[in-house]
Amino acid sequence: MKNSAIAFFDEMQINSASGDEAGVREIYAAYKHWLKGVPHHQLNSKRQEAELLFRRVGITFNVYGDDDGAERLIPFDIVPRILAAKEWAKLSAGAIQRVRALNMFLHDIYHKQDIIQAGLVPASVLGNSQYRPEMFGVDVPNQIYAHIAGIDLVRTSESQFYVLEDNLRTPSGVSYMLEDRKMMMRLFPELFRRYSIAPVDHYPQVLLKNLRAVAQAGVHEPTVVVLTPGAYNSAYFEHAFLAQQMGVELVEGSDLFVRNNAVYMRTTEGPQRVDVIYRRIDDDYLDPLVFNADSMLGVPGLLSVYRDGGVTLANAVGTGVADDKATYIHVPAMIKFYLGEEPLLENVPTYELSKADDLAYTLAHLAELVVKEVQGSGGYGMLVGPAASKKELADFKERIIANPANYIAQPTLALSTCPTLVEQGIAPRHVDLRPFVLSGKTVSLVPGALCRVAMKEGSLVVNSSQGGGTKDTWVLQEAAGEAMHSASPTDATQEVSTC
Amino acid sequence: MLSRTADHLYWMARYIERAENMARVLDVTYNMSLVPNAAESEAALWVTALEISGNVEAYERDYFKYEDDEYTAAGVIHYLAMDSNNPSSIYNSLRSARENAHAVRVTMTSETWENINSLWLEFSQFIDQDLAKTGLREFCDWVKARSHLFRGVCFGTMLRDDAFSFVRLGTFIERADNTARLLDVKYHLLLPEQEEIGGAVDYYEWSAILRSVSAFQAYQKIYSDTIEPWRVAELLVLRRDMPRSLHACFDEITLILEQLSGARQTECKRLAGELHAKLRFGKMRSIFQHGLHEFLEDFVQANNKLGTEIHKTFFSIVAS
Repeated sequence: MKNSAIAFFDEMQINSASGDEAGVREIYAAYKHWLKGVPHHQLNSKRQEAELLFRRVGITFNVYGDDDGAERLIPFDIVPRILAAKEWAKLSAGAIQRVRALNMFLHDIYHKQDIIQAGLVPASVLGNSQYRPEMFGVDVPNQIYAHIAGIDLVRTSESQFYVLEDNLRTPSGVSYMLEDRKMMMRLFPELFRRYSIAPVDHYPQVLLKNLRAVAQAGVHEPTVVVLTPGAYNSAYFEHAFLAQQMGVELVEGSDLFVRNNAVYMRTTEGPQRVDVIYRRIDDDYLDPLVFNADSMLGVPGLLSVYRDGGVTLANAVGTGVADDKATYIHVPAMIKFYLGEEPLLENVPTYELSKADDLAYTLAHLAELVVKEVQGSGGYGMLVGPAASKKELADFKERIIANPANYIAQPTLALSTCPTLVEQGIAPRHVDLRPFVLSGKTVSLVPGALCRVAMKEGSLVVNSSQGGGTKDTWVLQEAAGEAMHSASPTDATQEVSTC
Repeated sequence: MLSRTADHLYWMARYIERAENMARVLDVTYNMSLVPNAAESEAALWVTALEISGNVEAYERDYFKYEDDEYTAAGVIHYLAMDSNNPSSIYNSLRSARENAHAVRVTMTSETWENINSLWLEFSQFIDQDLAKTGLREFCDWVKARSHLFRGVCFGTMLRDDAFSFVRLGTFIERADNTARLLDVKYHLLLPEQEEIGGAVDYYEWSAILRSVSAFQAYQKIYSDTIEPWRVAELLVLRRDMPRSLHACFDEITLILEQLSGARQTECKRLAGELHAKLRFGKMRSIFQHGLHEFLEDFVQANNKLGTEIHKTFFSIVAS
């Protein structure tokens, strides 16, 4: 799909047509200078080296419904995305503000429901399939629901960022942020010597500290575990990686059991009490006694212990009601309502197709809009109007008319592009950004993010399940342009792989 | 540690060890096939490789299509090395080792995991090779080398905790089983009643057995004498300084089970101690008087039982 009519904001070079140094954004100037001196074949061999290493370490991704590629690599791009300290400061403050408000919303919606009384969020939110009545009146430690939140951001111009969506259930991808960084440091140490790039490696430590902080009151040395659906889950690598980095057990549902209103794991020395479960299993599969009765992944009785405060789940049960696309629209209002602050990050203008006006507009302008299912994720079940064929548009129209409330529509954003290494050389590709906000004792995030890149020319879909890749994201600690100029291109050749 | 994790680690190590032992059997059998008159026929030689791993019946079921089909080098090599239908083929052992490792990669050092993962990635280079024609030696050497590397990386990088103990436990339970089977089958075949010993073929046979457990040099160093069957048996059963002997395996196993059981009185600890005592205080002469074959058969059975008890004690914790 090509959108040649739209002028995209390229993060390296504003005026990419000119091809020379003119229009290179200052933050990229030094990198661009360095890049110019590195021959294409050398970049290619670095990319191959990265692929080999990822394969050996087993940093792989399982794609549902794909028989031949049971374990696939996510394409990794060796060109970093660079953000200035100032840009990052704004994004991180905005993300933190958003997550604070969302946690307050979740507490409110499962308690007094003030925001509905105030008329800012419609009562229909209580009928949302992600709203869990089981959670009503349940108190969770520190009133934190979304301990780990992934905030998806896109950029359309020098100063304009939008929040595309919030991920508050079991957001994934942080292992790529960490592994991509490790890889870049291995492939291009000379760039790290000269650029002052904020480190991200302490993420697992921050995560562990926050998880320990939300154990039930009175537990001094809480036992934290990571709960995974198992080795065949698409994100298993990440589950294993995080457990290892935090030094905690990686458990499956069958490793846990409930007794005397507490959760235990089966160990070689007998049962051991578990206090905090960082669960990477959806609500529906957590407890076959309450939710999906066929689930083999969960722990029978878990929810009853949880509701009585005998164990902490991170994220909490029922967070899906807050990251639903129908709720998304109200986040700016939540920020004002709960925090009394102006939102630092903007939402994408969104049409709610449950409203007659919005529906009429959307149907009339379908070819210009992006339409998403309210509860869809992973890039499935969405329509990108400008890229769709006439038949696809007609088919989708029927689906919308059949159930308008199931959809929202947004203008097709002119997503920014970043230089990316592809077959033909370095070319602009569309990117998004997912920083991970951690809440427990405090709300914070490490200076970095998962940067997803659509590897296909012109494509706006960055999801890994749809062939998207990842990039390392560099947050520069200071304007380091001058220092970078001294990095000579020949440095790249001196690095010898040791694999 | 988690019972499931311990289970995976234990079996990971067992499968690696199993693959190594299978490679040793193939290697030695192949070497024997280069000695003229070492066996009555190709079939008689290669069927012993199947007997050691207890695979004769399954092989006949899968590979014999006609009445006059025989055991062939090519067939047995394929069956024991590569056949995906043979649960104890090297292919399946390494695959299972990798799957077990994958399930608990967290508990291992990244070096250990990467070692096993790259082992599996490298394995694909052999899959389309006709091992019987070319490359069997290289293949067996590769399997052995990867197994050595696995033990080395565990030893050199893993914390000395329960995870390490379960890896070692799996290695030695499997090794004891393999050494006992190897000795039993070969002894049986090589020493029919009232046979004269001391011919050239015998020498090759016995030295092949020793080589298959890396004991040839050790034998010469210890005995500095001609190769005598009863000494071979002594070396592989009773010598505690011989790293693949039953006694050496049980030195490790009893120690590990002591550590893992802690204050608990476990049946597996008792059983291991009993077996250990037999090896520690046993005499070759009395073993021979009662029959080496019977002794080894009993041993393999007891070792199996020990495996079951280990499962009961550590891997299957009941909820209430």
